Amino acid sequence: MTHVTKFTSLAVAALLAGAGAASAQDCPIKVGVLHSLSGSMAISETTLKDVMLMLVEQQNAKGGLLGCQLEAVVVDPASDWPLFAEKARELLTVNEVDVIFGNWTSVSRKSVLPVIEELNGLLFYPVQYEGEESSRNVFYTGAAPNQQAIPATDYFLEELGVEKFALLGTDYVYPRTTNNILESYLISKGIAKEDIFVNYTPFGHSDWATIVADVVALGADGKQVGVISTINGDANIGFYKELAAAGVSAEDIPVVAFSVGEEELSGLDTSELVGHLAAWNYFMSADTPANNEFITAWKAFAGENRVTNDPMEAHYIGFNMWVNAATAAGTTDVDAVRTAMYGQEFPNLTGGTAVMLPNHHLAKPVLIGEIRADGQFDIISQTPEVDGDAWTDYLPDSAVLTSDWKDLGCGMYNTVTKTCVQLTSNY
Amino acid sequence: MIFRLICCALTLCLALSAARAQDGGAPLQALLQANADAVANPSRSTVDGLLAALLEADLPSVPLFLERWRDRAVYLRASDGLFYFATQAEGGFALTDVDTGADLGRADGTDLTELRPNAGVRRAIGSALVAFQLLDDDPVKRLAALDAIARSPAEDQLEPLRLSIDEEPDPALQARKIRLERLLSARFAATADERIAAIESLKGDLGVDARAVLNLILTTSPAVFTTLPTDRNIAAVLEPGSKALSEAEAYARLVEADLSPPLTGVATIRDALIAAIADGQVAGIPVSTLTTDAAREAAYEALAATGAVPPLVTLEDQAAALTAHQFVLIYAESDPAITAAAEETLEAILFNVGLNQTADLTLDALSLASIYFLAAIGLAITFGVMGVINMAHGEFIMMGAYTGYVVQLFIPDYTLSLIVALPLAFAVTFGAGVAMERLVIRWLYHRPLETLLATFGISIALQQLAKNIFGTQARPLTSPDWLSGTLTFNEVVSISMIRVAIFVLALLFLGLLIYILKRTRLGLEVRAVTQNPGMAASMGINPDRINMLTFGLGSGIAGIAGVAIGLYAKVTSEMGTEYIVQSFMTVVVGGVGNVWGTLAGATLIGFLQKGIEFFNPSNTLAAQTYMILFIILFIQFRPKGIIALKGRAAGD
Amino acid sequence: MNRSFIARNPSVLWFLLALSVFTIVVTVLSEVTGVGLISTSFVKTLGKTLCLCLIAIAMDVVWGYCGILSLGHFAFFGLGGYAIGMWLMYARTELIVVESLANAPLPPTDKEVVDAIATQIFGVVGSSEFPLLWAFSHSLALQLLMVVLVPGLLALVFGWLAFRSRVTGVYLSILTQAMTLALSLYLFQNDSGLRGNNGLSGLQNLPGLDAVPQSVISIAFFWASAVALGLGYVLFAWVVSGKMGSVIRAIRDNESRVRFLGYHVESYKLFVFTLTAIVAGIAGALYYPQAGIINPAEIAPIASIYLAVWVAIGGRGRLYGAVIGAAFVSLLSSWFTGGSAPAINLGFYTINWTDWWLVLLGVSFVAVTLFFPKGIGGLFDLIVLKPVADRQGDYGPDKGAWRKEEGEP
Repeated sequence: MTHVTKFTSLAVAALLAGAGAASAQDCPIKVGVLHSLSGSMAISETTLKDVMLMLVEQQNAKGGLLGCQLEAVVVDPASDWPLFAEKARELLTVNEVDVIFGNWTSVSRKSVLPVIEELNGLLFYPVQYEGEESSRNVFYTGAAPNQQAIPATDYFLEELGVEKFALLGTDYVYPRTTNNILESYLISKGIAKEDIFVNYTPFGHSDWATIVADVVALGADGKQVGVISTINGDANIGFYKELAAAGVSAEDIPVVAFSVGEEELSGLDTSELVGHLAAWNYFMSADTPANNEFITAWKAFAGENRVTNDPMEAHYIGFNMWVNAATAAGTTDVDAVRTAMYGQEFPNLTGGTAVMLPNHHLAKPVLIGEIRADGQFDIISQTPEVDGDAWTDYLPDSAVLTSDWKDLGCGMYNTVTKTCVQLTSNY
Repeated sequence: MIFRLICCALTLCLALSAARAQDGGAPLQALLQANADAVANPSRSTVDGLLAALLEADLPSVPLFLERWRDRAVYLRASDGLFYFATQAEGGFALTDVDTGADLGRADGTDLTELRPNAGVRRAIGSALVAFQLLDDDPVKRLAALDAIARSPAEDQLEPLRLSIDEEPDPALQARKIRLERLLSARFAATADERIAAIESLKGDLGVDARAVLNLILTTSPAVFTTLPTDRNIAAVLEPGSKALSEAEAYARLVEADLSPPLTGVATIRDALIAAIADGQVAGIPVSTLTTDAAREAAYEALAATGAVPPLVTLEDQAAALTAHQFVLIYAESDPAITAAAEETLEAILFNVGLNQTADLTLDALSLASIYFLAAIGLAITFGVMGVINMAHGEFIMMGAYTGYVVQLFIPDYTLSLIVALPLAFAVTFGAGVAMERLVIRWLYHRPLETLLATFGISIALQQLAKNIFGTQARPLTSPDWLSGTLTFNEVVSISMIRVAIFVLALLFLGLLIYILKRTRLGLEVRAVTQNPGMAASMGINPDRINMLTFGLGSGIAGIAGVAIGLYAKVTSEMGTEYIVQSFMTVVVGGVGNVWGTLAGATLIGFLQKGIEFFNPSNTLAAQTYMILFIILFIQFRPKGIIALKGRAAGD
Repeated sequence: MNRSFIARNPSVLWFLLALSVFTIVVTVLSEVTGVGLISTSFVKTLGKTLCLCLIAIAMDVVWGYCGILSLGHFAFFGLGGYAIGMWLMYARTELIVVESLANAPLPPTDKEVVDAIATQIFGVVGSSEFPLLWAFSHSLALQLLMVVLVPGLLALVFGWLAFRSRVTGVYLSILTQAMTLALSLYLFQNDSGLRGNNGLSGLQNLPGLDAVPQSVISIAFFWASAVALGLGYVLFAWVVSGKMGSVIRAIRDNESRVRFLGYHVESYKLFVFTLTAIVAGIAGALYYPQAGIINPAEIAPIASIYLAVWVAIGGRGRLYGAVIGAAFVSLLSSWFTGGSAPAINLGFYTINWTDWWLVLLGVSFVAVTLFFPKGIGGLFDLIVLKPVADRQGDYGPDKGAWRKEEGEP
């Protein structure tokens, strides 16, 4: 009897899963949205799902794409990394979507990569990440390290005169790799190895007293100390609290964060964070007509209290580029769209123009903002567009690699041996 | 740098005179216009020249302008390209003239751009303002000037600082001025005697900046010699292969100084061989045989024999080159008497700092222990005394913290809300605990494993409920001002007030619990019921009621702990899970059935974790891992914990 | 013996029959045969579910039969996955590297090949050297041995220490949970050499089988999982029947009484603990190539607690109960969290199952513990109508002094 119930439930599930395949047609064009709506990443990713729904709605209001209406297919991978691979396969084979917008964490992207490459899908990845990757099937609309970490470090070196660095991060891949890159970058800039203090803490760490004391003690040799923080999520609260409690202001020891944005600050008491820095490609406070229009549309769509942030702009640019590329190619076929993507231009919300490079990264400006008491940022520095670099120049192993899908047709090309190391990604 | 400053000043003077000719009434505005780009888009690379020009002009309006500029009160009006002081007012911004301070009416916000000097520029402005502010009437400004000196000490600040000391009315500021004077004298005073005196006066000073001054005096740079020079102030001779200088590093210095050829590494050999491939052969050796490093080395030597590549440099060559040279560190300061004094003072300070750091670490450990104790103390009652495994204990902590958050939403005064939140959190979690005991736990008293699972079910349900109600984002629980500062013993030893409060709270609970258990009728009944419910019942005690109250008490304390932990860290739906395993460990390690045991457990765990962290400061996660491993091993060898119950009370 | 074994355990035959029918039906309906009613991703889900059923029976034996509530079996499961994952990553990367280095002007030395593989694997986490842990990763045979050895040895050492010092009941549960926590924290560190939080990924791409479509690979793994589950079921059915089974159950019911009867309780417990850990490792080794990625979050303590939840809901003390619990709850869970369950509109509030599923699970779990200690498997007793000794749902050691009835005033 148990087997009967099991079979029934399985059969029902199978039929549900199979139903999508039968109804797939050319119209409407399906846009997959692969963001966690539950679990630990839901807080960040739900917003991106909402942005995608808004963008699809706007595009449909403009008359759709290629004479078809767009339809968003939303699935929930529940912050569970293996589930990302499963859901991606489902989107591509069962729902037969033409493009996927999704993922936040690096590990979820690595989980999805083999599936996307096997089934020749198309993924737009909107979050700043550690680089060292270039997949034929992924467009990286977030910042590579040279579009966020390196300019922020330059800012520390040149504008704030920092001579001693504390690289504090949560113990996972993005901080690890970014700090590795920064360490060799700083050494190349003449900072001694003993002037770089690296520390990793677990997710949600709260006992910051000792670490803050260590950072303060770094100043004992008379050098200006600066903190580069890749601390993720909630742990930031305790860190800034402890910093303030220790009487350390942004004037004494500046902190630049790569994972603290408007969304993270909203609803928080930011009085202790005022004056500290963040580096992004976008800030909500950017005063341009395009940004004002985007914010108005977003508030109308999602609610008056909602804020905008960097990954949202990345999706905004990515989606519009995809629409333009599909229009140019006259089809949503992945290979045709991919070819049409190269050289696509679209205006940034912060001014200037984003360009899609043959290495699947964007050229975008880098902004540095100071945290204000209201949880927004004062933009105090804006660079011209910086070309995203898939393989960093500051690690010996990847300095020789380059990615060019347009002419070389390879994402991992060794410029010394003049060979393509591999066509698929390393995951 | 100086040269650049002079150049800038010269060009500025020229521009200035031109501007004056045009605009005699507004010299500052004219000067700013001449440097419009540097004012509007300030950068550390341009600000020095601008500041020099402004100081050079010696206008009365300059100090005020610099202050306003630093405080982001200077605006650029797009329509006329002029700079104004502006403050937000009804209907836009109220403008005032930078030269005269005259009211210029209102302007629309869209026409104005706020100028935002970054922290580096602000620091430079602060230094430039020092001369004006040291004798200002406003103590706040004098303090700002001292801060500026502390942040970027410079030689030219010494004289004005010395002059201002005697006229300082505020004793606290005067003390600070005297200290800063000594710090500056140590580096910049004119004579060696003055400097040595200043350096020696720093003995016993624990401040980071005092160490900074001494370290700056003791700055060294590496150098290589074949014979040691006598006219240089040598700090140390380094032995290659020692801890301070590895052989590879030493050799790299030789290579850098062009004293030796670089080692022929694997990569060099490979590249040389690739370059020499001809007809599938290298120096007569077929390429296909070059599949080992030894074969490649041989081929390289064959190549070197033909003179096509430089000869192979081996490790033996490296060793020979290293013995032929002396590796030294040379002080930047040429006077040995000064460096010797600084060396001696620093040593004394470092010893002192070391002692104090140990004290600081002990305080941190004590604080961590009190946090663990606070998180575990409720469990010490429900699990330790009653023997009920409550996996939802962490969620009671969370409920308490959220109670605090909700109270703060309604009562904006942080002190008052805290006073309301603590008893309310106790009441809420007491109620929840009693409800849980009545509905679930009392049916499972003789099935402990199932209690574990059932309470786990409650735990995930409560956690998800909290997520549904409050969202997944961390919620702020702000401490009142009197709790947000630090208790500072000296420059090294300090602890935040909130941690002190947690420590006090932990002590308070310890006392309270001991009192309740040992001195009150309830405590007597609790102990009776836990030891033998049947006998207790026949003595007229109602075990149901006692169990209910005890469980409620343990849960209520968890609620209060939640408020404290929320104040110190953050309030999230998952905060309970962070403490639950640790709390059980604390109770088990300490010894079940004894509040003192829990205290011992928390102390052990807190000190242990800080100790491991001290030895491996770059990886906090490792400290937690090793601590848990230690606890597992500890329990293997002392299964009953540190303080084991003996005799009849042990239960079995 | 064999006949009587089957005769005494009719459920084994029924189970194997059902499993074979299920396997064949899924295969026929899958994309391999062209029917395509069951998508490849769903075949993978079913294959993974079979692996979960396997570890669930292991859990049932150690908890439901032997009374050890281990909250560490998912750690063994994960270790098995890591062991096979290391070989999968190494072998796949080796193929790529050798192919790419074949174009180099000089034939590569062995060290160059290994270095290039390390760079490929660890470049992601900013390192380029093989840690000692990967010493055997080049060999499939050795890593397969690791699948069995690593969980087995860990269980043996841990179990020996714990049982020797007579740590029992809830203390043991907490201790196993601490072990799991320590292991997952350790793996979360990049320094551990297993790529930290990123874990091992791309495991579904079998080395050298690039040409074989995933639909075939998924069915192959589905079959392998089904066979493993079948064998595991028979193995455990055999373990818990007969004389040894009686001793094991007796330990659950009253450990000291068994000890007084002269049995060496520790050995029995250690045997059960280690054997189930090994089976858990094998289940993990089959699970993760289907999931495609393994990372430390998989072995967080919560996973092991869920395992206990499945077994309890399915019904402890009967192997098929564990299978039902694991399959039912995990599939239901993915159905609810996948967003496909219809939201319920109450007028004033809409119940969104992605938000409320965990609440439902938690509450239903409390309900099962309180009211249906026999779980779903208990329903069979109603059908079979075979009189079963009434234990009043009373599992675990009987601590007389705790009995509520005695405390009644």
